[in-house]
Amino acid sequence: MIRLQGVTKLYRSQAHPAVDDVSLDIEKGEFVFLVGSSGSGKSTLLRLMLKEERPTRGNIFVAGKDLNRLPSWKVPALRRTIGTVFQDFRLLPNKTVEQNIAFALEVIGRPRSEVATEVPRVIELVGLAGKEKRYPDELAGGEQQRVAVARAFVNRPALLLADEPTGNLDPTTSVGIMKLLDRINRTGTTVVMATHDANIVDQMRKRVVQLDHGQLVRDQARGVYGYLS
Amino acid sequence: MRLGFIAEEVAVGFRRNLTMTVAVIVTIAASLSLFGAGLLVRAQVSTMKDYWYDKVEVSIYLCSDTSDTPSCSGGAVTPAQRTQISDDLKAMSPLVQQVFYESQKQAYQRFIKQFKNSAIVQNVSPDALPESFRVKLSNPEKYDVIASAFTGRAGVEQVQDQRRLLDKFFKLLNGLQTIALAIAVAMLLVTVLLVVNTMRVAAHSRRREIGIMRLVGASNWYVRLPFVAEAAISAAIGAGIATGVLAALKHFGVDKRLAPEYQFTSFIGWDAVWSIVPLVFLVGVGISVLAAAATLRRHLRV
Repeated sequence: MIRLQGVTKLYRSQAHPAVDDVSLDIEKGEFVFLVGSSGSGKSTLLRLMLKEERPTRGNIFVAGKDLNRLPSWKVPALRRTIGTVFQDFRLLPNKTVEQNIAFALEVIGRPRSEVATEVPRVIELVGLAGKEKRYPDELAGGEQQRVAVARAFVNRPALLLADEPTGNLDPTTSVGIMKLLDRINRTGTTVVMATHDANIVDQMRKRVVQLDHGQLVRDQARGVYGYLS
Repeated sequence: MRLGFIAEEVAVGFRRNLTMTVAVIVTIAASLSLFGAGLLVRAQVSTMKDYWYDKVEVSIYLCSDTSDTPSCSGGAVTPAQRTQISDDLKAMSPLVQQVFYESQKQAYQRFIKQFKNSAIVQNVSPDALPESFRVKLSNPEKYDVIASAFTGRAGVEQVQDQRRLLDKFFKLLNGLQTIALAIAVAMLLVTVLLVVNTMRVAAHSRRREIGIMRLVGASNWYVRLPFVAEAAISAAIGAGIATGVLAALKHFGVDKRLAPEYQFTSFIGWDAVWSIVPLVFLVGVGISVLAAAATLRRHLRV
């Protein structure tokens, strides 16, 4: 699903690379935690996979496409195969729950009939049935993040990238979001989640990739957040 | 492509950005009106040229009792001089195509007819107007031949090329046209800047939506089309207003004011107005859309 070969990202204003010679393979259907302290390069890695950034060196393959060779007019097609969730939800405040989710389908030109069937289905999936007409500011943080997950997943992407999705949520609510991501993963969707929430990583027992100052320092199947002592 | 969805986005954009949109419409209407007016003046000049160049002639004014040029020192033209001039003109065929003789009385009648609405008629008596030969040339450019043959000759007061008089008038009209077009170009430049700024504000006010559209993989045109459509619609409304202004100019200005007063010449018809309208729309919408697309290219990069 994702292959990184010697990927380095050097920002112009910084002396040290944000991502330093990282090689990584993620198979289809995997659930991968990307851990590391703030500024370790987790977010940059996700942005590279979305082609929001170009690597300074190295190759990135996502869903069989070589991102270095992907012309810019094909970037939208790439992003349609990737769902994205952020710490700050990024919902549109002037649209209701169902309008926020429908927006993701409408702007890629999906027919009205598909929007009408897919949106209720995904609202059901994320457990927000009955709250379709609410506006984001009428929802709790965990519910807002469920809307964001629904929006990312409504197009049934093969890959879901989540950048600290529980960063703004309390532990109980976070567990709910993790259960949701796990359920999505079980449908066959590859999930890559950047986090520094140790509890969650320890509970889930999934593959853990750790970054430190941009370098890959650990890649462990069924890992925990810190080293096992 | 979901046209209904894009139409909704355009409607939202209009409401959100109403003051700027109104400003764009007014500027476009004003600049396109000037642009169209410039083109109408040009059409008028060409209509008048067609009309007049066909009719213009060289006038050889003969001396009367009141003439004071040196060639008229011998007083009014004598019948012998008049016959001689007439014969000489006829001898200059084929350059001289036709020669008419106009007596003082005929000149007076023509004058009265031409200025029948003017008070000047009361102050002019038949003997104040000179008798003349009106000469039609096969090639109007060869005016100099006639001028050098007859200027300063006894009994001839003045040789006048009507084309020169007209050319002065046409130059004035051309000057007006140039001024109108220059202002139109400046206004269109202002329009471009205004559209660029409006698009920047619009893109900024919808940055959340744009961010999400990019993230979920909306194609470039899906992101830009609502903005470009907004610019195109504003421009079309402006062009529509400009068309109204031009039609009013033709109806109230030309048909109701100028045409009844200056019956001796012809004026542009409605066909001239209608042939300019598509150009006005094309220029207005084209400039607005290009400015919008160029701005969005810079601000909405994937």
